[in-house]
Amino acid sequence: MLRSLHSELLKIATTRAWWVLALILFVWTGFNAGVIALLGGVLVDEANGMFGPEAVPPLVYSTVTSVGYVFPLLFGALASTSEARHQTLTPTFLATPRRGLVLGGKLGAGIVFGAIFGVVGLVASAGLGALVLQLVGVDPGFGSSDTWALLGRALLAMALWAVIGVGLGVVMPNQVAVIVTVLAFTQFLEPLLRLGTAFWEWTAAVGRFLPGAATDALVGSSIYALVSGGAVDGLEWWQGGLVLAGYAALFLVIGGLTTWRRDVT
Amino acid sequence: MAGPVIEIQSLTKRFGGTTAVDDLSFRVEPGVVTGFLGPNGAGKTTTLRSLVGLVTPTSGRATFDGRSYRELEQPLRTVGTALEAASFHPGRSGRDHLRVMGAAAGLPTGRVDEVLEWVGLADAGRRRVGGYSLGMRQRLGLAAALLGDPGALVLDEPINGLDPEGIRWIRVFLRDLAAQGRTVLVSSHLLSEVQQTVDRVVIISHGRLAYEGTLDGLEAGATARVHVDAPDREGLARALQAAGAQVDAAADGLHVTGLDVDAIGRHALAAGVPLRLLVPQREGLEDVFLGIVGEGEIR
Repeated sequence: MLRSLHSELLKIATTRAWWVLALILFVWTGFNAGVIALLGGVLVDEANGMFGPEAVPPLVYSTVTSVGYVFPLLFGALASTSEARHQTLTPTFLATPRRGLVLGGKLGAGIVFGAIFGVVGLVASAGLGALVLQLVGVDPGFGSSDTWALLGRALLAMALWAVIGVGLGVVMPNQVAVIVTVLAFTQFLEPLLRLGTAFWEWTAAVGRFLPGAATDALVGSSIYALVSGGAVDGLEWWQGGLVLAGYAALFLVIGGLTTWRRDVT
Repeated sequence: MAGPVIEIQSLTKRFGGTTAVDDLSFRVEPGVVTGFLGPNGAGKTTTLRSLVGLVTPTSGRATFDGRSYRELEQPLRTVGTALEAASFHPGRSGRDHLRVMGAAAGLPTGRVDEVLEWVGLADAGRRRVGGYSLGMRQRLGLAAALLGDPGALVLDEPINGLDPEGIRWIRVFLRDLAAQGRTVLVSSHLLSEVQQTVDRVVIISHGRLAYEGTLDGLEAGATARVHVDAPDREGLARALQAAGAQVDAAADGLHVTGLDVDAIGRHALAAGVPLRLLVPQREGLEDVFLGIVGEGEIR
């Protein structure tokens, strides 16, 4: 298993996809964090009483997941599907014919690189974000253990999203199909579903289990939570984490039992 | 080093309604180079992919000293495989490709540079595979096969795409590997391509075994024919047919089977027919091969 993990880590590190995606994550998260920090700083002064300055930093820092989670997801999906696309499953399974070990290695490599994505995204959201907060005169809140707990949970969320991507890529080995699915679901379908399910109580109870909603529950803050509000209490942070882990496990098991066992021709 | 015995036992593989390999059995011994021959579509690649666990057979077994590839403790150290669709990520360097495989097998990185040197890719190793020629990819595939210093080598069409110098190089190389006691199985759709390299051949056609044995044995199956001509072609034909030969008219004389040159000369002299031409012809190995696999099927 350790050998397989080593091989999978090398596999990712020796191609360009991961740092290209990490770079885009950094820029996009940094941009969003900066804009929200700026707006938050201005609005705190304007709308005194609506929310205090202590509400702003979590919103800024959680942009790593609220806008950035799609990047570890795409990364994981690309890492899995590139094997099918470039037919590298042949050398992979020649070196490790017990395919379950390969899947285990991919799971581990997904966690490691997902965490790296988390660090990169947090440097953008909490690093750049805090700089902007200080410029507009809001306390970045690094003295509070709550802030650090949020950053830690965001890191965990990013790692889990990379594993969900790895699993999704195994279920759906067609690279184009998986990219379209990821973008359509995260950018269009899930936001609509979250908005739609918020209308009634019983749908809201189901909507909490949508992966994006579970992520917000895990991290504990999100710009989306402001927009949608809720008639139903969200999940606890650990429940959100379990839901994400559940999606990852579901995809890995389904993929492992179907496409992963196929003939490699 | 004593390589493992490769054994294919009643191997059958169906893809949907088509039977790619049909109850195929043969053995590959260590210490010699065995050619695995058949026209394109005969089932060679499916057999080899079943052997190394990439394809799950419908029935039957393929083993190395009695163990299937998936049961091997150290697969890359036991069997080195280079398949025709040598598959590399175009954005990864050749050296990194080998490092990824080596890591999975727990091999030291030094081994990677060693095999790159052997196959003549020491300089190109750090370049992306996307820029490699077909010949360089073949060499990289071979380097991957050699990575674990395995006792058995399974190579699918390794000569495809090599330049003449590369072909000579791989011939010597395969013979050396076999001389060291390793088991070497090399597939090809052309007998002439491997004729100078292999000691034994396994020929398949339509997924079934057509011939298994030595090259000499294959040659013995060749029919001897004599090309003769005389100004009195009809008289000669009558005399030879009377002697029990089969005579076929050809554009430039007669093709005679069933009599050797000495006998034909004696019968012509006895019949008083002066000869103009008397040439023994041997059907080539390639013709025997084509006869076995069914010439008409070759695409």
